[in-house]
Amino acid sequence: MSTVASSPAAATAKHSRGLALLRATGPVGIACAVIIAVAAFVAIFGSWLVPYDPYVSNLSLVWVGPLGGHVLGFDGQGRDVASRLIAGAGNSMLGPMAVVVFSMTIGSALALIAAWRGGGVVDSAISSGLDILFAFPGILLAVLAAAVLGPSLLAASIAIAIAYTPYVARVLRGAALKERRQLYVAALEVQGASATSICFRHLIPNMLPLIIAQATINFGYAVVDLAAISYLGLGVQPPHADWGVMISENQSGILQGYPLPALAAGACIVLVVVAFNLLGERLFEVTKQQSR
Amino acid sequence: MPETAAEAILEVSGLRKEFGELVAVDDVSFSLAQAGSLAIVGESGSGKTTVAKMIVGLEQPTAGTIVACGRERSRPARSVKERRLRAGQVQIVFQDPYTSLDPHQTVEAILDEALRLQHGWPADRRRARVLELTEIVGLDARQVRALPRALSGGQRQRVAIARALAGEPRVLILDESVAALDVSIQAQVLNLLADIRDETGVSYVLISHDLAVVRQLTDEVLVMHRGRVVERGFTARVIDDPREEYTQRLLASVPRPGWKPRRCDPL
Amino acid sequence: MTEATVRDSATSAEKRVPSADLLEVIDLTVRLPVEGEVRSVLRGVSLTIGAGEALGLVGESGSGKSMMARSVDCLLPPGAEVDGTIRFDHGDVGSLAGKELRRYRNQVAMIFQDPRAHVNPVRTIGDFMTEALRSNLGVPAAEARRRAADMLLQVGILDSQRRLGQYPFELSGGLLQRAMIAAALLTEPRLLLADEPTTALDVTTQAEVMAILDELRRRRHVAVLFITHDLDLAAAVCDRTAVMYAGQIVEVRSSSLLHDDPLHPYTAAIAAARPDIDRTARRLLAIPGHPLSAFEADPDQCAFAPRCPHALDECRAAAPELIELDGGLSRCARVRELRGRLKEGQDA
Repeated sequence: MSTVASSPAAATAKHSRGLALLRATGPVGIACAVIIAVAAFVAIFGSWLVPYDPYVSNLSLVWVGPLGGHVLGFDGQGRDVASRLIAGAGNSMLGPMAVVVFSMTIGSALALIAAWRGGGVVDSAISSGLDILFAFPGILLAVLAAAVLGPSLLAASIAIAIAYTPYVARVLRGAALKERRQLYVAALEVQGASATSICFRHLIPNMLPLIIAQATINFGYAVVDLAAISYLGLGVQPPHADWGVMISENQSGILQGYPLPALAAGACIVLVVVAFNLLGERLFEVTKQQSR
Repeated sequence: MPETAAEAILEVSGLRKEFGELVAVDDVSFSLAQAGSLAIVGESGSGKTTVAKMIVGLEQPTAGTIVACGRERSRPARSVKERRLRAGQVQIVFQDPYTSLDPHQTVEAILDEALRLQHGWPADRRRARVLELTEIVGLDARQVRALPRALSGGQRQRVAIARALAGEPRVLILDESVAALDVSIQAQVLNLLADIRDETGVSYVLISHDLAVVRQLTDEVLVMHRGRVVERGFTARVIDDPREEYTQRLLASVPRPGWKPRRCDPL
Repeated sequence: MTEATVRDSATSAEKRVPSADLLEVIDLTVRLPVEGEVRSVLRGVSLTIGAGEALGLVGESGSGKSMMARSVDCLLPPGAEVDGTIRFDHGDVGSLAGKELRRYRNQVAMIFQDPRAHVNPVRTIGDFMTEALRSNLGVPAAEARRRAADMLLQVGILDSQRRLGQYPFELSGGLLQRAMIAAALLTEPRLLLADEPTTALDVTTQAEVMAILDELRRRRHVAVLFITHDLDLAAAVCDRTAVMYAGQIVEVRSSSLLHDDPLHPYTAAIAAARPDIDRTARRLLAIPGHPLSAFEADPDQCAFAPRCPHALDECRAAAPELIELDGGLSRCARVRELRGRLKEGQDA
């Protein structure tokens, strides 16, 4: 996200500052960070952590509840729910991560470019372009992407990333304009600093509270949006494991009296999204307090 | 005013700035001698701040020329090298000490960055110069490692002065640099500025509305009103014997011991 | 002129000081919660303002001068702890609430440094000016507007009808501040609190606005508490001037004597720190250090002692009380010996 040029010494200093920041978010923030860390770990190492094969189906065990080592029972095709959740973590979190990285990077860049000569031709052009993009809801873009690229996690992620970019750019543009007008920026210009160095070394660090808040909240939204797209069949395709797909696969079970598989997948989504939102909020508060 | 143009460290002629229909600066010219000190006095809308911004490169003149240290600088710098050269010649200290320092940088980092931008010296030479600068402006070791939010307005302004002096500029623009300070702190900073000029021979352009400060710090003055220069001369002469009506009105409005305000439009 | 009894916060001894009844502040101490801790901003401040009298209140940052105005107008932030008494026209102000508070605020008007921050930008000047008259005093709208137009004329705004229909953004800073003064005077207050009303204005506009304020307050017999950082400005329009430092009053003096015969080293210091417009001097007499806030000052010694060129051990041993001298008040323990030497320079 923010790429501040730094020496090795500065990098280690940044790491310990990161930990201090985390500690400052309080027990709530730390708990959320732990949840996110666990989810990330599972997302990365999921395929080695699964207790059972997530793709093997045993038709005699359809909708059977918790049994022996299968703590969450079996889904509508007789597959182990817990294993599918673990295997699905990767897909469910990878997509949102890509969406956030893309939208934050492009969004920040557009915001800074527009704000640098605020009110000028470039600013108007970018704002108008963003206004056009605002008109397209994410789901529509996902349908478009699925039609063009074939339904997949990639298509869905690209669509949502494009849909989020104008929101990020608009919010960050306001903050960038405000920072741009500060006298220290003028002082740096008079000292001969280039526009890019001022943006990276000074504007972005001072916009950090907002950037962090946007990134974490957007991650949460992206999890939900991508899950919805997969639920609709336009994202991750069955039989791949993915929490959104699992909800769609197992929703018939709710009506038949076997809600656990669908609810378990939903609970994973909710847990991760809430953790991100809460952490984002705490980080925003803490970083805002620390500046000025 | 200097005897010959060759003596002048800063030469401004025919300066003009238009913002659409509005003419903010109209035909302003002056020369500043080496180690000289010139004030540009005016109220809001006089154009004095716009003149300062043009000299330092934050605004482009619509017409006219600015020559500092023998180099023309009315058009934008075309290369990084040119930009750095200009930065090393003319610097500025702004009015507001609360927003003119990056809140995320320590004093040390601010000064170090200023040196890196202008000179590209190795780290140990920069460190030595940072120490030198903080001694000149009167900041102690604790303050040097502090973030701006831990410093008072007067201390922040000292940092701004140190930053401006980092690259040993020949001309320093003081844009209402003491206006936001408490009167006892203002006196300290004015003394500091006088000492710096004595020791380094830097020239000042003081932008101010405060005629008492102008008298304290400058030898020559330009009075601006609605974009034009209405009076100029040696500071002492202009203040003791103002010839233009606007200058007289300005002087009559300055509070001093025994002064009483008077209405211009009797009812 | 009656006298009032003032109790000094340090010694609890009673003193008689000349007072003329309109505003009495007695031993006011205010503490505010700041970032979790409770900080002192005013320490045992006592002052009086007589009917129709103008008192200047001068100080640098942290002196507590703005807090004084807010305390008198009951505008302290929530969580403020207040000790001491404020009496207006013999009634206690601290206990006022609701309708009585609104009635009090009709009699005590306040004008602020930045008029734009204290005016609703989407209402016209006329709406803003007549609001208090219509809602608090029940004056009918047409009559209120007539009075507003008349008051605008008095502050030098000639096309008053047109201005009444304009919005704040259409008026310059100077005009808007004049309109604020007019609005403040409409309810015929007996006391005007002016908190740095001209600091944000150009110097020529400031002179004009101050002249208007001076003329109107004399004509209407309105008392004024004029708060500023500019000693000469206060002395120009006020009969008496009080100087504040670190949350306390350190000197009260007749304005004409303040510059030539100050009764406190701090007053002499801020007068000397100001460059002289009539003379070219090499250096200014600048005292080291920075102005302290009330909570930074050591309560067991003279708050100014660390920076005072005349400080002796007695100054650092105990906090000085207000001493009456020649019609003025001084919080310098050494005033009797130093008097007369304070103006010349900083060598004791």
